[in-house]
Amino acid sequence: MNMPVQQPIIARRSPGPDGEKVITLAALAVGGQGGGVLTNWIVAVAEANGYRAQSTSVAGVAQRTGATIYYIEMCRDTGRMPVFALSPSIGDVDILMASELMEGGRAIMRGFVTPGRTTLIASTHRIASVSEKVAPGDGRADSAEVIAAMGLAADHTVAFDMETVAKQAGSVISSSLLGALAGSGALPFPRESYEEVIRASGRGVAASLRSFAAAYDIATGAKPAPETPETPVRPVPVLNVPEKLRADWAKVETRVVALPAEVQDMTGLGIKKVVDYQDVAYGAQYLDMVEQALALDAAPYDLTIAAAKYCARALCYDDLPRVADIKTRASRFDRVRDEVVVKDDQVMMLTEYFHPRYEEFAASMPKGLGRWLQKRKGLEAFYGKHFDKGRRIRTDSLTGFLMLWIVSSLRPIRRRLLRHEAEMAHVDAWFARVLDTAPTDRALATEVLGNYRLIKGYSDTHLRGHSKFARVMSALDLLEGREDAADWMRRLRTAALDDVKGEKLDGALATVRSFAG
Amino acid sequence: MAERSFAKEVQKLKMGEGETFTGEGILAITKALLENGVGYVGGYQGSPISHLMDVLSDAQEILGELGVHFEASASEATATAMLAASVHYPIRGAVTYKSVVGTNVASDALSNLASGGVTGGALIIVGEDYGEGSSIMQERTYAFAMKSQVWMLDPRPNLPAIVKAVGDGFELSEATNTPIMLQVGIRSCHVHGHFTAADNKRPTQTVSEALENPRRKLDRIVLPPATYLHEAEKLTKRKPAAEQFILERGINERFGAPASRVGLIIQGGTYNTVIRALNRLGLADLYGDTDVDILCLNCVYPLVDSQIVDFCDGKDAVLIVEEGHPNYIEQQIAHMLYQKGKSVKLEGKGKLPMGGEYTGQVMVDGLGAFFSEHAPGLLPVAKVATNEEPIAIPDLSGTLPARPPGFCTGCPERPIFAATKLVEEELGEHHISSDIGCHLFSIMPPFDLGATTMGYGLGPASAAAFHNEDKKGRRAISFVGDGGFWHNGLTSSVGNAVFNKSDNVIVIVDNFYSAATGGQDILSSRADNKTKQTQNSIVDACKGMGVKWIRQIDHTYDVTKVRDTLKEALSTEEEGPKVIVASSECMLNKQRRVKPQLAKAAKEGKRVIRPRFGVDEDICTGDHACMRLSGCPSLSVKDTGDPLRDDPVAAIDQTCVGCGNCGEVADAAVLCPSFYQAEIVSNPTDGEKRRATRAHKVISWLQTRRDAKRVAFA
Repeated sequence: MNMPVQQPIIARRSPGPDGEKVITLAALAVGGQGGGVLTNWIVAVAEANGYRAQSTSVAGVAQRTGATIYYIEMCRDTGRMPVFALSPSIGDVDILMASELMEGGRAIMRGFVTPGRTTLIASTHRIASVSEKVAPGDGRADSAEVIAAMGLAADHTVAFDMETVAKQAGSVISSSLLGALAGSGALPFPRESYEEVIRASGRGVAASLRSFAAAYDIATGAKPAPETPETPVRPVPVLNVPEKLRADWAKVETRVVALPAEVQDMTGLGIKKVVDYQDVAYGAQYLDMVEQALALDAAPYDLTIAAAKYCARALCYDDLPRVADIKTRASRFDRVRDEVVVKDDQVMMLTEYFHPRYEEFAASMPKGLGRWLQKRKGLEAFYGKHFDKGRRIRTDSLTGFLMLWIVSSLRPIRRRLLRHEAEMAHVDAWFARVLDTAPTDRALATEVLGNYRLIKGYSDTHLRGHSKFARVMSALDLLEGREDAADWMRRLRTAALDDVKGEKLDGALATVRSFAG
Repeated sequence: MAERSFAKEVQKLKMGEGETFTGEGILAITKALLENGVGYVGGYQGSPISHLMDVLSDAQEILGELGVHFEASASEATATAMLAASVHYPIRGAVTYKSVVGTNVASDALSNLASGGVTGGALIIVGEDYGEGSSIMQERTYAFAMKSQVWMLDPRPNLPAIVKAVGDGFELSEATNTPIMLQVGIRSCHVHGHFTAADNKRPTQTVSEALENPRRKLDRIVLPPATYLHEAEKLTKRKPAAEQFILERGINERFGAPASRVGLIIQGGTYNTVIRALNRLGLADLYGDTDVDILCLNCVYPLVDSQIVDFCDGKDAVLIVEEGHPNYIEQQIAHMLYQKGKSVKLEGKGKLPMGGEYTGQVMVDGLGAFFSEHAPGLLPVAKVATNEEPIAIPDLSGTLPARPPGFCTGCPERPIFAATKLVEEELGEHHISSDIGCHLFSIMPPFDLGATTMGYGLGPASAAAFHNEDKKGRRAISFVGDGGFWHNGLTSSVGNAVFNKSDNVIVIVDNFYSAATGGQDILSSRADNKTKQTQNSIVDACKGMGVKWIRQIDHTYDVTKVRDTLKEALSTEEEGPKVIVASSECMLNKQRRVKPQLAKAAKEGKRVIRPRFGVDEDICTGDHACMRLSGCPSLSVKDTGDPLRDDPVAAIDQTCVGCGNCGEVADAAVLCPSFYQAEIVSNPTDGEKRRATRAHKVISWLQTRRDAKRVAFA
């Protein structure tokens, strides 16, 4: 494939003898987004306006979530058939439509967005690809980078969350994309002709027209784009303090208010989580930890903020009573009904998926009994044979609800359960290391606090998390005293969060050993 | 048949003289077949020609009226063998296949068909799946045309040209007693355009009439000594006749100015790309008017020596635009020119890339290089002077996630691979042979399962060499779909494994359809089909083949059961192949079938259940282990908005079809209790409503009582 070296050729389309020009439009979509419908609409609009149009697609993978391309060429009908190309070319696309942010980025990378030429119409919402979803931490691609590149690459950009616009109108994204195209003014066709085509398509017309109109107005600047908030909206949790606990609660609140302002937000959230998890006394225990960290800290109080965050998480470990508690709350029932959309005249059946193993069963017992159970291999085998299986519990029924209700009622005696002992031993050891490290290297101690992020999941996943945590923590001795200790600790944690098998972590640990050994 | 109607398309097939047909290329071909009096049509579905099969399948009524027989063939070999009806009878027949895979399967029948030759026109419509977006290995069909001496048309990619090629093809076939391949590229198949229709024609003889009046000619049968006669006939009679037909009928077209000192010889299929490249180089206008001399080969095999040599006469240089490798056309032309002692400079591969699709940019670069070297005066100055500063666009390659195709939402094959993954976590990695079909997506993340794919229905066959001397040792696992199983897997894979006493494990992924090609019915489909016999058991077929150890799993979403069955298959002491038939309906087709039914029932006031899955985000810890065993498009990640948490949690969106995979995987892998299944009951029964109200009362009382005793933040 050796191409001779040559001057790059400027390949711009030439018009017809009558000055007519071909307009090229490529649409990049994720399979299943209705790219075919959009294509048909655009062709119909062009033809209704006295244009000749041709569309092509590679439909083979369209339905299966892969990236697909649709391509349209159009030209005013002068009585002769233009020779239309069958696929988009680098540097030769007038209008590029992307129905998802990363597909817009892909179009840029493929050379379909040319400065000074291409109108880029892109929806800024995200559909995470499998590779982004499977990371044990946060594997999602950086949207800001792609949005910045759009501004540079395109002649004119119309980018907003067209998925949300469509959803709000009760429609799908093809209609809002068409609205954005019409509103962009990139095609010389009047708005009514688009709407006429939607009307003629016959399905979900009213919703499609609403979505089209909303997107049209946003594209022309007549209306603002829907806000895509940095942090998604979630139902704001409500704090409920019963009468007889008010005094106790006021005491811990006083302690929070006494903290430096920088620390109060995080501690405020933390204390509510911890007290909700167990009781007010547990909250006091949490505040002890935060105050201990504060004693070794100074503005801007990064160490204390991290302590407020991670101590709350460490204290609120995920055990059976916790899960049962969450699953049986009134607020949770409301949220589920809302999420799956249950109308008033409908009934909802709700099935929970549980699979408690012998380990969890034993850990949920009081210390002495739990330890005795842990040693009984015969019992374990018996449990494995008869009880170790998935349990489907119907929480909308009384029996199912009561089963979980009883488990959740273990909360008052949680401190006496075997699991609590193990968790607290772990938390104490970790926090002791934090307090040891802080006087000499506050940044490193802050990172050590952040390592609690590695502990997550249930059963085997939880064990894997613990083992990763232990491996990352094992580097602490090697790193202490080094200038870049905190930085390395953070890198180790990131490596551990990046892949499941822990190969990246092994590599990072080997590096640490090589320079610190 | 999957509940997908082609009624609209079928109406287009009824159009008469002078009406304007609007639609895709492949549908235009379908219409053209009827306009040309075809007597029978067969084929095996596969992108890009499956649409033709689907529409004809729904058009039985029109076909019946015209006396045209249509059937969906078991394989491309079957389809090609079907053209035997045109050997002795003057009946026009057409079959379709995806090439090059279909051509490979068909090649035995193709050789036999080509040897004896045909009386009625025989057309093989080849959907060439080559280039960007192709799902198969990149090879050319051209070699098959050459070796079997069948003629190959490659029309310009617009509807009128493609439709004309169908008529030309039948006539060329009859004039030369040779089957014809009509090659259409993947983009031509899906190109949307118009052409002026003609009336449909009844075949001159129907297949029924032929049956009533049987004929045979000994010299058309592929047996010595007739085979020697056939070979001689191909060279001395059929090929010269084809050349004559091509010249007399003007099959190949000449564009541009004949006096030009440079010329292009191009495949018809590349015409539009070539013209666009010339246009962008300032050498053609948008209607294709150009001063560059072009010979457009709408018939790429055979080449007519005299036509080529005449074209090259008086030229300094000629560029052959021939997509794909090897460059058969260029080699033939080089040979002709050399033999005739011509000195014209021949260019082709080198100026253009050896392999890969000739996309717009490739063509601009190639033609630009050719003109720069051989006719620099032709190129406008503005095209070669670069005075533009390119704008630096940031490199996003490190940011953009790949988006390969994967299993659909709710796909019943996903739990099979989740179970396989769990087995591997427990027992270690195994050698896994994959097969063609949707299930091949197991190769991709998050499953990353499967080492080879050797051909349709050949998954288990490609594990044949893996014979473990240690009876207790590791076994190979192979997958084959229900489509591949009936295509040839029953004999090539299962029968072969039985006969050779293989100990390996074969998983037959049965989704009730030929799902990857659009949901066509096959032998084991569960639906009733008016024109086909369905509901033939895969298990019975395997037993009939001699399989002793066989398990049927009728609900693949039961991950635990699939996992345990697979483990049993890998460890049982029973000899012979271990076959697991894992059956659940393709979700895409199921939704198409069930959704309208449910909506209708709900409207009529009947009790209807809609399942949905969800995640309790307070319980999800954001480890994403569930996604490493799923990859369902409706299961994704989202931010919690809680400053106490760093990692996004799992979330299930509105597109969830409630298949159950999430919960089953969480259970089988003992992942976490975050998942719940909500079943929303429309039009509940009175008893149901009463029970719900009563339970709600008690539950609310308990909840209020608890909340009175603790600080809650929820």
